[in-house]
Amino acid sequence: MLYRPKADTIRRRWQNNSHICFFTKPESNLCWVKCTKRIACNKQLHDLQHGQEGMLVWVLFLLCQGVAPALTQDLCQRDAPNGYKVRISLKTALGEDAYEWNQSEMFFFRATMAFAMRRHFQMETYNVDNIILCVQTSRVSFWFVVTSPDNATMLIPKADVEKAVRMARHRINNAFLLSDRTLEFLGIHPTLAAPVNPDTPPWLIVFGVVIGAVCAGIIALLVSSLLQKRRKEKGMTEDGQDEEDMQVKGVENGINLDGTYNRGFTDDDRFTKL
Amino acid sequence: MRCLQVSNQGLEERIPSYEELEKLENEEAGDRPKWDNKAQYMLTIVGFCVGLGNVWRFPYLCQSHGGGAFMIPFLILLVLEGVPLLHLEFAIGQRLRKGSVGVWSAIHPYLTGIGIGSMCVSFLVSLYYNTIMAWVMWYFFNSFQDPLPWSQCPVNANMTGLVSECERSSPVDYYWYRETLNTTPDIGNTGGLQWWMVLCHVSAWALLFICISRGIETTGKAVYITSTLPYVVLTIFLIRGLTLKGSLNGVKFLFTPDMNELMNPTTWLDAGAQVFYSFSLAFGGLLSFSSYNSVHNNCEQDAVIISIVNGATAVYAATVIYTIIGFRATEKFDDCITGNILTLLNTFDLPEGNVTENNYDHVLQSLNGTHPEVIQGLNLKTCDLNSFLSEGVEGTGLAFIVFTEAITKMPVSPVWSVLFFIMLFCLGLSSMFGNIEGVLVPLQDLGVFPKSWPKEAIAGTTCVLCCFVGLIFVQGSGNYWLALFDSYGGSIPLLIIAFCEMVGVVYLYGIDRFNDDIEFMIGHKPNLFWQITWRFVSPTIMFVIFVFYFVTKVQETPMYKAWNPESDNFPTLEEKEYPTWIFAIIFILAGIPGLSVPLTAVYKCLRNRCCKKDNEFKQDDLNTITKQVHLTDEATKNKPDIPETADGR
Repeated sequence: MLYRPKADTIRRRWQNNSHICFFTKPESNLCWVKCTKRIACNKQLHDLQHGQEGMLVWVLFLLCQGVAPALTQDLCQRDAPNGYKVRISLKTALGEDAYEWNQSEMFFFRATMAFAMRRHFQMETYNVDNIILCVQTSRVSFWFVVTSPDNATMLIPKADVEKAVRMARHRINNAFLLSDRTLEFLGIHPTLAAPVNPDTPPWLIVFGVVIGAVCAGIIALLVSSLLQKRRKEKGMTEDGQDEEDMQVKGVENGINLDGTYNRGFTDDDRFTKL
Repeated sequence: MRCLQVSNQGLEERIPSYEELEKLENEEAGDRPKWDNKAQYMLTIVGFCVGLGNVWRFPYLCQSHGGGAFMIPFLILLVLEGVPLLHLEFAIGQRLRKGSVGVWSAIHPYLTGIGIGSMCVSFLVSLYYNTIMAWVMWYFFNSFQDPLPWSQCPVNANMTGLVSECERSSPVDYYWYRETLNTTPDIGNTGGLQWWMVLCHVSAWALLFICISRGIETTGKAVYITSTLPYVVLTIFLIRGLTLKGSLNGVKFLFTPDMNELMNPTTWLDAGAQVFYSFSLAFGGLLSFSSYNSVHNNCEQDAVIISIVNGATAVYAATVIYTIIGFRATEKFDDCITGNILTLLNTFDLPEGNVTENNYDHVLQSLNGTHPEVIQGLNLKTCDLNSFLSEGVEGTGLAFIVFTEAITKMPVSPVWSVLFFIMLFCLGLSSMFGNIEGVLVPLQDLGVFPKSWPKEAIAGTTCVLCCFVGLIFVQGSGNYWLALFDSYGGSIPLLIIAFCEMVGVVYLYGIDRFNDDIEFMIGHKPNLFWQITWRFVSPTIMFVIFVFYFVTKVQETPMYKAWNPESDNFPTLEEKEYPTWIFAIIFILAGIPGLSVPLTAVYKCLRNRCCKKDNEFKQDDLNTITKQVHLTDEATKNKPDIPETADGR
């Protein structure tokens, strides 16, 4: 477990040169915690701070992880009341470009969650250590809980975690190149995108264009038919004079009518319309 | 067959003689409109015959009646029923050179009812057909956005989730039933006019008016686009469809023959009905269109060509539709399987990729062995490709639900959507030309409108009237009214009229005279095939289909399928019985056109008995716009000393 004891503790221990020694690499905040027996590092540090000693057991950073701090055992478990299950579907999201989910990615997740918590609760400084993961499966799913930065035994309630996640969801998704669907926080439903409401529905625009064209067509049609009619009438009145003479001649000749009687010119109404 | 011929007095006076026809032909005299060229005529007829039924009725029938095996009854009945009836209509129209009312009253005044019946049916069909055009236009208007509005459910009022009605059904269903139709749960509930549909309705009628305002002068130009564009779009869709995954599943499903279906009489009856309705016979439109032809046009060849084109288009359209349906079914199947796999992975925390489509069954079995209760509790869906392929794929359901869903899954969806709805619009519009022709010309023949009115005014008045009456179909319950009109107004009366047509021509007009006419027109007598089919085969088939349909319709309780969000089986449509007052409407729809044949005959008979005056001048009532040259000749012959009365109207 990565544990950064308080700075003055380190100095004290180192200076006293007791059985228990704390090393630090200032630049990386790593330290070796020398504990007696398998007790919580927290408790040990507390005891050490108060000058107590116990049996020494060297616990490496990696081993501490395997122990999965016994304190955090009971905090983070399957169906924890204040925990959330996270499910990641890398192959669905990225296909061939899917990266491998390993410990570094887990660390990155914890860092991202710490960021989300910090962003939401702006006064409090959350750290990677405040995010505890457990119950990992090869599906790539795990549970996590968030502890308070002040008191490592106290869990942040579910509602607050949810608010933090919701606020930073977009950033969390992008950090992992995933989406709401492929990085699921079971129990936290993704907020739906606000529907885009254009001022004029697009269909009205197309309708307007079509109806405009249709109206123009109707007007053109009516105008052209009116013009045609007028042209016809003009043509008829001009020829009318000759036809009348011919007709009269036909009548005079009596039955000697040649050809078909063309009724097109018997409609006298047309001629009187001058 | 002189013994079977009914005596028909006065026929010679009512129809133009061969000499008159030759005169008309040579002198180009006469004010009847003419086609600019043969291509216009053929395109108009093809457009009239090839309609929405080819796209959304035939593929369904084909698939449900044994796939490839359905071709056999379809082709047989096409040859025995479709082609003879088509040739008959073309020939009689070309010979007598009048619209439907004119033709039948010329053959015998008592048969005017056939013409009136045709007019009524054309009117009823025009009313609801244009509403389908309005729906197509609505979808067309809404296709110009990405993502398409029917691809996702809208968010509910307080932004916490999707709208419940949409979540329980599907985005396409919701868009069709709620956002387009805003349908009510039953037909008694009108739901009021839906303003957006009223706009589309009005624009559909306005567009139709432009195209028909001057009769074939304008429709002849419009059909260059409306009849050819569907073929272009179908080809584009075919190419696109074949490149999609799973399309061949659909085509295979469509054409896999099941010979056992041939034993089923319903298959043959459905094939016969489909051939009949697909050719738009008995509407009067075909008669009208061929009466504008020149007298010596080869109507026999035309009939054969049109039949082949119609049949081929039906098969082609079916193939295209089923490539897209195959794609959609495969997508749904894949989604179903992926969903199940994900559920398994999540429940058992197995790594991704452990369960794939290939080993899904195997893994499921082994898991069922080890954790049966868990598997039970998961409620995994059964994914069956065939059930997806046979999902509700006819009628408006095909076009507006299934196909639109398939389009949302294709890349660049708005383009495909626009193309598809343009195609449907063109198919429907070209059929509407024929329907309206079957309404306008009889109205002119009957003299309903004053003679001084120009063509545009008549067309305009008819369109406005139809638009108003058609507002029934844009209410909330409009969809149910449309289904009612479709199943009762556009089915039984047509069969009666077509049967009467055949009998009228063969036995009242005289098959011998008809043969002579055809010989005069195209140069040779119709051969034995035509003789047999006209006299026996086709009328028998019509009669059998009519009896079957009548018996089926009368026996079953009329039901309709309603979209009711409160029903138990939602989203499945709820089967409801029609309320009792609907039966009056059904009687009007089916009865009036059908009964008009005997009723008009009786009326004419009574009138003749009552008023026994100069029957010749009574014929003037049936004067059509076409010049009755011989009638005035008659008049001048009878009264030579007063030539002025020759314009005796």
